[in-house]
Amino acid sequence: MLDSPGVLGHVAPVDVLLVHLLNALLYASVLFLIAGGLSLIYGVMRIVNLAHGNLYAVGAYSTAWAVGRMLGGGQPSLMLYLLLPVGAVTAAALGAILEPTLLRPLYKRAEEYQLLITFGLLLILEDLLRFIWGPYPLSASSLFEALGSLSIGESVYPAYNLVVIVVGGIAAVALWALIYKTKFGVILRATSQNMRMASALGVNVNRVYMEAFTLGCFMAGLAGAIIVPQQGAVLGMGVDALILAFVVVVIGGLGSLEGALLGALMVGIVREFGIAFFPEVELAVLYFMAAVVLLIRPAGLFGHA
Amino acid sequence: MNPIPALPKRALLSAIPIAVILFFLPLLIAPYQVTLLAYGLIFAIAALGFNLLLGYTGLLSFGHSAYFGMGAYAVAFIVKYFNITSMEVFLLGGILASGAIAALFGFLCVRYTRIYFGILTLALSQVLWSLAFKFYWVTGGTDGLRVPTPSLLGVANPEREEKMIFLAHRYYYYVLVIFLVAASAMWVIVHSPFGKALQAIRDNETRAEFVGVQVWRYRWIAFLVSGIYAGLAGTLWVPLNGLTTPDILHWTFSGKIVFFTVLGGFQTFMGPIIGGVVYNYLETYAVGHTVYWQMVLGVVLVLLVLVLPAGIAGTAGRLLLRLRRAT
Amino acid sequence: MVLLETKSLTKYFGDTHAVDRVHFSVAHGELLALIGSNGAGKTSLVNLISGLLRPDSGTILFQGADVTTMPVHDRIRAGIARSFQLVTVFDQLDTLDNVALAIFCREGKTRRLLSLASSDHAVRNEAFEILREFGLEAKASQPAGGLSQGERKLLDIALAYALRPKLLFLDEPTSGVSTREKAPIMNIVTSIVRSGKISAVIVEHDMDVVFRYSDRIVVMHEGAILADGTPDEIRRNEQVTTTLLGTSPSQ
Repeated sequence: MLDSPGVLGHVAPVDVLLVHLLNALLYASVLFLIAGGLSLIYGVMRIVNLAHGNLYAVGAYSTAWAVGRMLGGGQPSLMLYLLLPVGAVTAAALGAILEPTLLRPLYKRAEEYQLLITFGLLLILEDLLRFIWGPYPLSASSLFEALGSLSIGESVYPAYNLVVIVVGGIAAVALWALIYKTKFGVILRATSQNMRMASALGVNVNRVYMEAFTLGCFMAGLAGAIIVPQQGAVLGMGVDALILAFVVVVIGGLGSLEGALLGALMVGIVREFGIAFFPEVELAVLYFMAAVVLLIRPAGLFGHA
Repeated sequence: MNPIPALPKRALLSAIPIAVILFFLPLLIAPYQVTLLAYGLIFAIAALGFNLLLGYTGLLSFGHSAYFGMGAYAVAFIVKYFNITSMEVFLLGGILASGAIAALFGFLCVRYTRIYFGILTLALSQVLWSLAFKFYWVTGGTDGLRVPTPSLLGVANPEREEKMIFLAHRYYYYVLVIFLVAASAMWVIVHSPFGKALQAIRDNETRAEFVGVQVWRYRWIAFLVSGIYAGLAGTLWVPLNGLTTPDILHWTFSGKIVFFTVLGGFQTFMGPIIGGVVYNYLETYAVGHTVYWQMVLGVVLVLLVLVLPAGIAGTAGRLLLRLRRAT
Repeated sequence: MVLLETKSLTKYFGDTHAVDRVHFSVAHGELLALIGSNGAGKTSLVNLISGLLRPDSGTILFQGADVTTMPVHDRIRAGIARSFQLVTVFDQLDTLDNVALAIFCREGKTRRLLSLASSDHAVRNEAFEILREFGLEAKASQPAGGLSQGERKLLDIALAYALRPKLLFLDEPTSGVSTREKAPIMNIVTSIVRSGKISAVIVEHDMDVVFRYSDRIVVMHEGAILADGTPDEIRRNEQVTTTLLGTSPSQ
C-alpha cells in the first residue's frame, strides 16, 4: 500500500490515509475490549489477571473451532456470524468458574499470591489451548473473505474490518450505558469505590466480584472472537495481547474505561502509522510511549494513583 | 504471610556437611548425574538472586530471563566476536552485561510496585527476546549460537571425547565453588544492614521511608544484585549447555525461575536453592513424559499457592518445628 | 529561636483547605498537643511537616533552615521524625532488628551489603537500651508482628526515637490502646522529652492525656489554628470549649 518509508514531505493520498486510519481503529477496537476488560476487573476487584490475554485466546480459538465445525466446507451463511459470540460466552463461562475457585480464596492474602496464581493459570491455559486444538493456527478466514471488500478511493478495504470496528464501537457504548445508566452499573461503581461500604449497605460483594470478572472475561473473549476471522488463532497470542493491553492500560490508567478507550486509540494509531513508516521499530515505539507516560503520569492519563 | 521461624545459626553449620557432600558426589555418581547437579546449582544461583527481590524486598519480577539471557549471550558474543574462550573472561563479560541491563531495567521498574512492576519486567524482557529474534544475523536467531568448552583458570579445554568427563569434573567443581561463594555472599547480604532495610521496605514501605531508608534507591540496588546473580547463572549455564537460543530470554523461562523459587519456598533462605535443584530434576525427568510441561508447572504453581505457600523448605521448616515442640 | 516554624502553610485537597495558611511553631524542649475535631487538619499538618505531603504554598523552617521541599530522608537527618496513627512496624523483623534498623539508617550504615547486621555490637547495644527505655527488652528477639497492640505502638514510637530527632511527631500515640496502657506510653513520651531535651508534638483525641501531659496546646479547626496556649488558657477559652469540647473537660 505504501510506496516509500516515511520521510518528511511524503504526501499520502487521502484514501491511503483513510485505510491506515481504519486499520488503527480496527486494532483499537480489539485492544479496547481486552484492556477494558482488564481495567474493569481491576477497577472493581483490585486484581490483575495475568491470564487475561489467554481468555482472549480462548475466545479466538473457540469461535474459530465453532465456525469450522458448522462450516464443514460449505459456504458461510449469515447464520455463521451468529457464532461469533461463542468465543465471548466461552471466555465468560470460564471466568465464572475461575473466580470463585482460584481467586476468591486469595483476596485476604498478599497481592503476590494473586499474581502467582494467575500466572499459573496463564501457564495452564497456554498448554490447554495446545492440548485441545494443537500447535497449528486455527482459522475462520471464510467469514472474513465472505464479506468481500469495499473500495475507498483507489484502495480496497476488507468489509469485515468495518464490522469489527462497529462491534468495538457498540461495545464501548453498551459498556458505558451499563456502567452509568443501569442499577448494575451503580452497584459496580459503588463496590469499586468502597467495597466495605457497599457491603455494609447490603451489596453481595462476592456476587458483584464474580459478575465483574465474568464481564471482563466476556470482553476479552469477544475481542478474540471478532478478530479471529481476520487473523486466525495462534499459540502465544494470549501473552502478546496481555503485554499490549498493559501498554494501553499504562497510558490510560488501570481501572478507567475512558482511559482504556483513549489508550487503545492512541496505541492503535501509533502502531499503525509506526508500522507503515518504520516497520522495524513498531514494538519499541509502543514501549517508548508507555515509558514516557509512566515517567510523567505514573497512574496513567485517567488512572487513580 | 506468616513468618517462618528462622533457622538458628547452628543450623547454618549444617551447610558445611552439605558442601562436603556436594564436593564428594562426583566420585560416587555417574558423570551425567553430575552435570544434572551442575545445572541444578546454576538454577539455584538464579533463584537466590531472584528471591532477593521477591522474598526479601517484596517485588515479584516476571522478567528475570532477561538477565540470565544477557549473561548467556554475553558469553556467546565473546566467543563469536573476540574468539576468546576463557571462562574468567566469560564471567566478567556476563556479569557486566547482565549488570548493565539490570541497572537500566531496574531504574525503569522500581518506581512501581506489584502489578505494574511485574508486567513492566515481563514486557521489558519480551523486548529483549524480540530483539534476539529479529536481529538473527547477530544472535543466530532460533538456531542460536554455539559455545565451546572454555578454559578454566587458564587451563585449556580437553578433546571432544573427554567433554562429558570435563563437564562432570572440572567444570562441576568450578560451578560448585562459584555457587558456594555466591550463596555465602547472598547469605551475608540478606543478613546485612542493607538486607534489613530491604525487609523493612517489604514489610512496610512508608514506615521504611520514615525511618530513613531511601526506598527507590535500595530497591534499585536489590534489583541490580538480583540481575547480576541471574546473569552469573546464565554465564555458567551456556558452556554446560553448549548453545544459547532466544528461548532463555522468553517469558516462559522467567516463569520457570518464578516457579522454582516458589516451589522451594520464597520465605526462607534455603528455599530457592532447594527449589532450583529439585526443579532441574523434575524438568529433566518429566519433560520426557509429556509435551504439556507448562501445564504441569501451572497446576503445581496453583496448588502451591492454594495449599503450600511456604514451598518445600518452608513447609519442612514448619513440620520440623512441630516435631520439636511435640518431643 | 524556635525549633520549628511554618509560615502560611497551605494544602488543598480538591476544593477543601486541609491546611489553610497555618502559622505554627514549636519551641525547644516542649511537649505540644495538637487537637481538633476530625478533619481539622491535624494529621495533614503533621504530614506536611514530616514530608509525606508537599504543600501547595507556604514555608516550613526547621532550626532556621527551609525544609519545605526537602525529601523525607533529609528531613530525618535534619532531626524530624514521626510515628503513625495506624501502627506500622516491620512485622517480620525481630523487635530488636526494628530499632537497630533505625539506628543503622541514622548512622548511614544501611549501604553495607557485605557485613552482618548482628556483628555491629554498638548498634545492637544501643537498640537494646532503647527497647529497655520503652519496656520492650523482653521482646527483643520476637518478630514485631507478634507484639500486642500497645507494644507495637511503643515500638513505633521507639523507631522514631531511635533516629535521635530534635522534633518528634506522634500521631495519636494512645489511640487503639487500652486505658491502662495509655499512661505508660505517655510517661515514656514525657520522660523522653524532658531528659532528651527534644520537642514532641502529639496529635491526640483523648483530652485527659492532652491536659495532663502537654506544655502547650494548639487547637485546629477546619484547617486553621483556632487557639494556641497553655492547658489553662485553652480550658478557659470559650471559643474552643464551645466549638470542640462541648462541656468543660474532666480535670
